[in-house]
Amino acid sequence: MTTASTNRWEHYYTPATVAEALEILRRYDGRARVVGGGTDLLVETRRGLHRPVEAMVDVTHIEGLDVITSDEDNIVIGCGVTHSRIVRDARILKYGMCLSESCGVIGGPQVRNVGTLAGNVAHALPAGDGTIGLLALGGEIEVASDDGIRWMPLQDSFKGPGKSFIDRYRQILTRLRFRPTAAGEGSAHHRVMRPQGLCLPIISVGVRLQIDDANTITDARISMGPVGPVPYLAEPAMEVLVGGPATNEQFVRAAEVALENVELRTSKYRASREYREQMVRTYLPVILNRAVERANGAAS
Amino acid sequence: MTLNGKPVELDVPESRYLSEVLRNDLGLTGTKVGCNEAECGICTVLVDGTPVSSCVYPAFKARGANVETIENLSNNGSLHPLQQAFLEHGAVQCGICTSGMIMTAKALIDDKGTSLTEDDISVALKDTYCRCTGYHSVVRAIMQASGHDVAPSPPQTRPASAAIGQARPNPNARAKIEGSARFTDDYDFPGTLYARTKRSGVPHARIRSIETSAASALPGVRAVLTHEDVPGHKRHGLVIDDWPVLCGDKVRYSGDAVAIVAADSDDIAAAAVDLIEVDYDELAVVGDAIQAARSDAPLVHEGRDDGNLLKHIKVDKGDIEAGFAEADVIVEQTYRTQATEHMFLEPECSIGVPAGYDPTEFGGVLDAAAVRGETAQHDKITIYVGSQIPYQDRSQTAAALGVEPDEVRVVATLMGGGFGGKEDITGQIHAALLAEKTGRPVKMLYSRRESLLVHPKRHATVIRIRTGAKKDGRLTAVQATLYGDAGAYASLSEKVLGRATTHAAGPYDVPNVKVDCFAMYTNNAPSGALRGFGVTQSCFAVESNMDTLAEKLELDAVEIRRINALDVGKTTSTGQVMRESVGLNECIDKVAADMRGNDFRWTWEEGSSRFAWGVAVAYKNTGLGGGAVDKAGAEVEAWADAGKATRAEVRISSAEMGQGLPGVLAACAAEELGIPIESVNVLLGDTDFCPDGGPTTASRQTFVSGNAVRLAAQQAAEKLAIDGDHVLVRYDYEAPETQPLGSGGDMHVAFSFCAQAALVEIDMNTGEVHVRKVVAAHDVGRAINPLTIQGQIEGGIVMCIGFALTEHYIQEDGKPWTNVMARYKIPSITHTPAITSHIVEHSASTGPYGAKGVGELPSIPTAPAITNAIYRATGVRVCSLPVDQDELLRAMREGSSTVELAWGDREPIPAIVPGGKR
Repeated sequence: MTTASTNRWEHYYTPATVAEALEILRRYDGRARVVGGGTDLLVETRRGLHRPVEAMVDVTHIEGLDVITSDEDNIVIGCGVTHSRIVRDARILKYGMCLSESCGVIGGPQVRNVGTLAGNVAHALPAGDGTIGLLALGGEIEVASDDGIRWMPLQDSFKGPGKSFIDRYRQILTRLRFRPTAAGEGSAHHRVMRPQGLCLPIISVGVRLQIDDANTITDARISMGPVGPVPYLAEPAMEVLVGGPATNEQFVRAAEVALENVELRTSKYRASREYREQMVRTYLPVILNRAVERANGAAS
Repeated sequence: MTLNGKPVELDVPESRYLSEVLRNDLGLTGTKVGCNEAECGICTVLVDGTPVSSCVYPAFKARGANVETIENLSNNGSLHPLQQAFLEHGAVQCGICTSGMIMTAKALIDDKGTSLTEDDISVALKDTYCRCTGYHSVVRAIMQASGHDVAPSPPQTRPASAAIGQARPNPNARAKIEGSARFTDDYDFPGTLYARTKRSGVPHARIRSIETSAASALPGVRAVLTHEDVPGHKRHGLVIDDWPVLCGDKVRYSGDAVAIVAADSDDIAAAAVDLIEVDYDELAVVGDAIQAARSDAPLVHEGRDDGNLLKHIKVDKGDIEAGFAEADVIVEQTYRTQATEHMFLEPECSIGVPAGYDPTEFGGVLDAAAVRGETAQHDKITIYVGSQIPYQDRSQTAAALGVEPDEVRVVATLMGGGFGGKEDITGQIHAALLAEKTGRPVKMLYSRRESLLVHPKRHATVIRIRTGAKKDGRLTAVQATLYGDAGAYASLSEKVLGRATTHAAGPYDVPNVKVDCFAMYTNNAPSGALRGFGVTQSCFAVESNMDTLAEKLELDAVEIRRINALDVGKTTSTGQVMRESVGLNECIDKVAADMRGNDFRWTWEEGSSRFAWGVAVAYKNTGLGGGAVDKAGAEVEAWADAGKATRAEVRISSAEMGQGLPGVLAACAAEELGIPIESVNVLLGDTDFCPDGGPTTASRQTFVSGNAVRLAAQQAAEKLAIDGDHVLVRYDYEAPETQPLGSGGDMHVAFSFCAQAALVEIDMNTGEVHVRKVVAAHDVGRAINPLTIQGQIEGGIVMCIGFALTEHYIQEDGKPWTNVMARYKIPSITHTPAITSHIVEHSASTGPYGAKGVGELPSIPTAPAITNAIYRATGVRVCSLPVDQDELLRAMREGSSTVELAWGDREPIPAIVPGGKR
């Protein structure tokens, strides 16, 4: 055991274009790594949890990727956008509330001022709050590599705990997007923490609901973590909801179905299985109700 | 980049972090570093107006940006409104977090202006830690600075005299808010080498071999030392010298030091440490105090008659059997308290400067007039360190070097928090050894990980306690058995657990008491002093039982305490008859009146939350006591030059760690000399200039050093009146004699008392516990500085909220799970309740102006006040700290009446046998 190592890089690049960033990655051929805000990566690197690299390629200064934009179909978040910017963004507050809520509980202000949603997603923690929020919204991500640029569903990027299919030595997560909530849609996020020790959620849950005039649920997405190796899209529970009425009874049922289909684990320093299950039972209906309120309210 | 309004161009390695560039390359040491892992927030600077943690912010990320640091705030000597408000509200204690706090707040005020609310502050400062203030004064200061009408509100005290009872900022506060105050790591001696320590990493092992050649061969490495290189005494220790300077034959905990390295840079030293190979024969591990007491337990220290038993401490008063026979009701329960960590935000740092060091050899400047610091002559080996006991650092270092104590000098620098955790030796001896070896200044700065791993913690305890009372509530007997985890080395265990033992019947008049405490060696981190000094632990058990007793007797929780409270004429459990200065009943009355207020209810519901009040009382000795000679020497020098105002300097080697000692000592001198407090300069802790003020522990400095300074100043005033314009007086004060435990006499010179009530909210859906309000009353004898006392009380209460709810230093079979700051949560601003604090002043006749100690007292009863409230709200008695929301919810759902497990315990803890021992 050591308390010593410092693990430094030699070069720190802040490329202004994606092409430039890819060129650096190509040049270093696996010895350079993409970094966003670095609030997780650099701390972990210092602790010796990642293999040392020769260069860091900071993608938060890329022109056009440090902003939130919107087009007809999507709200698009560049990889340089910090959690703080997302929390404050009026469009996201209105059309993607659960992302605002979930990014707002990450770390403290200093971390949110520097850390990015793209970094949170690429880190692929089983319960990264920003990731859980975006997953509930049905988010997609854009990955740039030497093979070109492609969009993929967010949930397809998760490989394992802390492991993403995005190769952070050769590829760049350049943008994230989601379809804004429309009339009759609402979203919400909640998480439960414990006051001691690990700064990670006991349970983090995001939902997106669409209801019609007859109070029937026409679309539903529920994301949860940590319930397995990767952020989880609770499809069985979503199926229970779609086509049924938006009632608390249904939501309680959805929570039970969600629990039937995952195996929550006791993690010694986080929570017992029973406690986690209880939190899902308690909070999934609470936030589904909150999403319904929002779907019915003026602000979507 | 643009730095503080001016363009700066730098050529630095791309691998540097912003904090390193600011502090090391630019010498802007106002920005401090507490953890290097973006947890504590004290390194906060503004980048383009936004607060960021500079410790994990790559410097090259700030290229072209606008960076602002604390050094930019004051303008030609005039303070920024935030700085002024921090000063006035006493929102500065040790000062290590102050610049981060102020910079975070500045961004907030720049953003929100006068529309700022307390909630905004709570959100913005959530991850900017302060370990001293409890955040209360910080919130008030920020509100004032943002244009709200929030005046400083120190508690009401007796009318002030010229200097005593005046609420005023600590004299060193101004330098701290300006960022110019220098802590050890802020010193930069030309030619400095950087040191690191090879830690054992295994809790219990025999050392087969230590291989250092690869480390020595690394370019840039100047020295690698092992146990063979310790020329003098090979062990240190404040009470028993059982702690190896460097381990040679055996390691006894994961933080043991095996080798030390000095190199041209910290990175090289770190790399060299990784190259040192130690071959171990691992031994079976003693993981806790109960296991340590078993007859088949492995031995932590061989060759002792008592095996792993470090000390059996006893209190015996009256006839315990008769006491319980007389009782109408008996309550018996086992309680457990966890190990906790000081988490002072400044990690340990020592700088060794060799005798004859010449800064000009390394491009520095020599200034013949300089007495200390980078430009001064150093005619003997000198250690710069933020230490609670400078003179014992000196004697222990001298012993290891094999020289006389006066051949070593210790210069006490400002300390970024201590709380008991900077009493033992950490890097002092190592830095001195390496400085002697290399002939260069050597800086040994611990990383946060190393700090967590190495220094002594609060004792984990298991306490079985039995309390008997008559129907009318009068206590007849208290019997307790305590097992305390002393860890690998003795440190102050005997003293700390001694206090746990003597205070184990509470501040009550109990005719029959029997307490047995077993301090056990284990392979955990050593346990030592931490604010409360053992009393925090036993108070949790005592005060929990008192509430259970009250319930059984259908008595009011306040009333049962009043019935039994110590008072003048009553006797403590060690047989000390109280002759004066017992303000407990007044404390209870003040708290009860405040708590009961209008529409008082003990408990109520709102939505999914249940609220309840809980109360607890405590007492704490002032001074070492128990027969120990408790003394302090002070020098007062005064100048009454014609035509000029009289001024004075006080010199004493006592430690300031943010508690406000310089202000207290200046007030004592000013009062006697009849001069303004500002005319007194206080010089603390340079062993070549300042007499020994004794250890800063046991809430003793105001009493002991305060008396020494008072009496020295008194003589100085007399001499000045007779002859002259310049006097120098040295006074060696010795506190009134005390008697050893077991003799039945006066064990302590004074006790301070308090009562606290906590209003707690429990989320019945999650088991989450929040403390919403604390009402407190503390009998401090005499408030010498009400503003700094307020800070001590608010900070102490919030620290004890941490003990109750958030903090747990977890070790598993001798291996610390808590190895980074992210795994140890101290209370943040979001945990801070509303606090109403009353001062009660029952003078101690031998204290300076009637004062007695207050430093530890506030952090003693808050935890049982909280758990008593939880019981009232939920019907669940939490017997194990910290409160585990998971277990609490389970108990509520299952209808169970106790929680025996603490956070992290997923298996039942073995029971203890009352009175049992090895």
